[in-house]
Amino acid sequence: MAAIAPPRENELPAPAPKGLGTGPRPPGRITDRLFRWLALASGLLVLAILALIAYTTTKNAWPWFSAEGLGIFKDNWDPAKGQYGAGAMIYGTFLVGVIALIIAVPISVGIALFVTEIAPRRMRKPIIYSVDLLAAIPSVVYGLWALAVLTQPLADIYSNISSATSGIPIIGDLTADPSPTGLSFMTAGIIVAIMIVPIITSITREVFATTPQPLKEATYGMGATRWEMIRGSVFPHSRGGLVSAVMIGLGRAIGETIAVALLIGSSQHISAHIFGPGDTLASIIANQFGESTGEQRAALIGMGVVLFVLTVLVGVMARGVVARYDRKSGATV
Amino acid sequence: MTAIATPPAGGSNLAPRPRSRARRIKSVVAAAVISITFLIALIPLVFLVGYVIQRGADVISSDFLTQDLPFVDRLPGGGMNPAIVGTLLITGAAALMAIPLGILGGIYLNEYGGKNPLARLIRFLAEVMTGVPSIVMGLFIYTLVVLNTKERTGFAGSLALACLMLPIIIRTTDQMLSLVPRELREGSYALGSRRARTIRTVVLPNAAAGIVSGALLAVARAAGETAPLLFTIGIVRETNTNLFKGQNTALSVQIFTNATSPFSVQQDRAWGAALTLIVIVFIFTILARLVTAFFSRRQAA
Amino acid sequence: MTTEDISMPTLVESTTNVIDVTTEVDAIPADVEEQGPPAEEEPERERELVFELRDLEVQYSGHTAVREVNLDIAAHEITAFIGPSGCGKTTVLRCLNRMHDLTPGAKVIGQVKYHGEDLYASKVDAAEVRRRIGMVFQKPNPFPKTIFDNVAYGPKLNGRKRSELSDIVEHALTRAALWDEVKDKLKNSGLSLSGGQQQRLCIARAIAVQPDVVLMDEPCSALDPIATARIEDLMEELKSEFTIVIVTHNMQQAARTSDRTAFFTAEVDDQNRRVGRLVEYDVTEKLFTAPADARTEGYITGRFG
Repeated sequence: MAAIAPPRENELPAPAPKGLGTGPRPPGRITDRLFRWLALASGLLVLAILALIAYTTTKNAWPWFSAEGLGIFKDNWDPAKGQYGAGAMIYGTFLVGVIALIIAVPISVGIALFVTEIAPRRMRKPIIYSVDLLAAIPSVVYGLWALAVLTQPLADIYSNISSATSGIPIIGDLTADPSPTGLSFMTAGIIVAIMIVPIITSITREVFATTPQPLKEATYGMGATRWEMIRGSVFPHSRGGLVSAVMIGLGRAIGETIAVALLIGSSQHISAHIFGPGDTLASIIANQFGESTGEQRAALIGMGVVLFVLTVLVGVMARGVVARYDRKSGATV
Repeated sequence: MTAIATPPAGGSNLAPRPRSRARRIKSVVAAAVISITFLIALIPLVFLVGYVIQRGADVISSDFLTQDLPFVDRLPGGGMNPAIVGTLLITGAAALMAIPLGILGGIYLNEYGGKNPLARLIRFLAEVMTGVPSIVMGLFIYTLVVLNTKERTGFAGSLALACLMLPIIIRTTDQMLSLVPRELREGSYALGSRRARTIRTVVLPNAAAGIVSGALLAVARAAGETAPLLFTIGIVRETNTNLFKGQNTALSVQIFTNATSPFSVQQDRAWGAALTLIVIVFIFTILARLVTAFFSRRQAA
Repeated sequence: MTTEDISMPTLVESTTNVIDVTTEVDAIPADVEEQGPPAEEEPERERELVFELRDLEVQYSGHTAVREVNLDIAAHEITAFIGPSGCGKTTVLRCLNRMHDLTPGAKVIGQVKYHGEDLYASKVDAAEVRRRIGMVFQKPNPFPKTIFDNVAYGPKLNGRKRSELSDIVEHALTRAALWDEVKDKLKNSGLSLSGGQQQRLCIARAIAVQPDVVLMDEPCSALDPIATARIEDLMEELKSEFTIVIVTHNMQQAARTSDRTAFFTAEVDDQNRRVGRLVEYDVTEKLFTAPADARTEGYITGRFG
């Protein structure tokens, strides 16, 4: 026969009656709830701010959108004549981004490989810290430095390359008409490349580091050299991560404003001459906003909206790539 | 009795053969190329910092740090005090707003939201928001605040910087909290602690190093930003310690406007400002690293 | 009476007005009754039940992990749950202090009675439950705080004053057989202790709040044999003050330490998934020497599991 044990008594002062009885609310519940709502509100702030950004910028850019309609994509920027097409700037944004990626991606992949596969363990942290220091340098300082130190030498190099390649089809077009000051798509692209190397390296490094050890050992076990192992195990495993790193780098490059503003030469026409001047969405805003009025100002704000949409799109695509490769990750190699 | 076993058909010669030598050379060359990329990345770092120190050190003096900007641009002398104070105050105010809100938001995501749809949405949007160019943040605050108050102030700049910092801090907090082991939380719950108290007394202390480090890095980034301030804080020549009244200036903005100046004295001041700015940014960055290093060692003990 | 008035915490949140409850612990709430007349005919000591489990079933995201658990746990006894892995012993243990509340997708079906009251009644506050039913985990999990603060964490939570804390901490550490080893280094981090010491610290932490019950989830599985032996001795001493329920995959440990043992096993259902169930529950000596079920016999003689 068993009895229900009475709630037990204590010799030392007890914290509480032991039974389940009625009584006042258990302590701490209100604080707990309050804290939860506070945390939630902070999280919702993100939604609120993003929505507000979209709203106020579009509202202030509306005169431009409604006046130009699809003409916002035209390559005809000339405020003096009342023309506000942003086509050249959209083109310039992508051109600088592509140039930056072409330069930055191989370097970043190289550094990531160096850190994960080649350098001795002890060197890893110092290397990573130094590369991250590159990211800490403000964009404006990059611009100032490049203006003082790089633009002239680059101008000379451009002029040499241009004359050397002048007859060649396609390449000759690209290299024609070099800027005498060095201010050009190419210069901007080079500096942006330096600035996006740290973020691409960081993501790529993490992706490489997740290559399963058994996979690498299996490749070595078949007699592969280190380079063959990298090509055979690390790269295939990291495909998805690499693509997303590239997209994130592109996003950064697209948004880069100040260094580009200082180095791109401010010319608003679509041109294939990568050694010549141009403009991007971000840099034209930085350079022209101060003295703009009326529809020009609306146009600049509108270009900010376009820039916003572009970076969101690139960000979503990067996320999408990651999701797709995550799902398949068991299947690769 | 033991004897040596007979070798396999190919012989026991283990020396490298010609075709495999080619493969090995390829591997060594690849390794060399890869190592060089690291040097390629280091070169600009060393050159840039070296050059800034070189040109900036000539300009920096106690006068430079404490005096106001000259009345007319082309005059030599004067100092960047308004910009230094501006940078510190504007970034400081932004940090005061963004850090608590960011940490709370990160706590919501990891401790309360978890995998629920709202949390997933916020996490996604926070990631999107970190990619928004800083100039768009500047335009945003310009249209929202400056146009409505018809004033440019240091605080407007702080708001723009805070918008920049918020998603970064939310994400690092979220990630650092997710690293706290489940057993630690369960130990606290098992003693009858509720969620808020568990977060406050057990989870946050455990993640503190990472969260603080993330916040410091966000501050370093904000201090170096130019674009959000360009349209929101205006310009002054005298130090203005009031963020809410009157325009202001900052090191980054000064560097930007002076970089293309035809006057060499202004360019000199830009270099002085650049060195000052780099010092400020590096201090915060290195502080962040120290926090991580110091506190993780203590935890592991 | 404010909500922060923690001198009178109870398990139930009430939205009605406060009924004046006496502050002393001796008062037995009126709706709890002794069951039946005092025993006159039974030969063994009358068992006082702390827990009654009836048709207990636990589901994770719709999939049943353990089912049809019926057992009673008596006060001041050590009850052991044994069985092969995946048979639900830890799952059942975690029902007793409502830890499943913290697992999304976990659902507890059936009845768990604690001192005669439904532990899962909607009015019951889970945090209050855990102040009375403590838990020690498989892997020692001291907080990254000082040894003193680790043990003082619970009492502080319950509103003990600063002045009382050092006595409480000393008492708990003594009962956990750790005081002599740490009395000079209370300000050291809890993480600086060895594995066995950390686990005893966790035990001290759990008993510092003077719970009714201490649940132990394989407390020795991460420890070496010497540390394990010390904890087993400890359990025997603590029995007089607390009720102990221990999950262990080491059946010799169960045989050595417990008064009663419950044997669980896992069956494979028609969808090829493992579902745990209680097979046999009896006085330890009887279960190990003359088990009633063939499966129990198979397990304890090593034929499987």
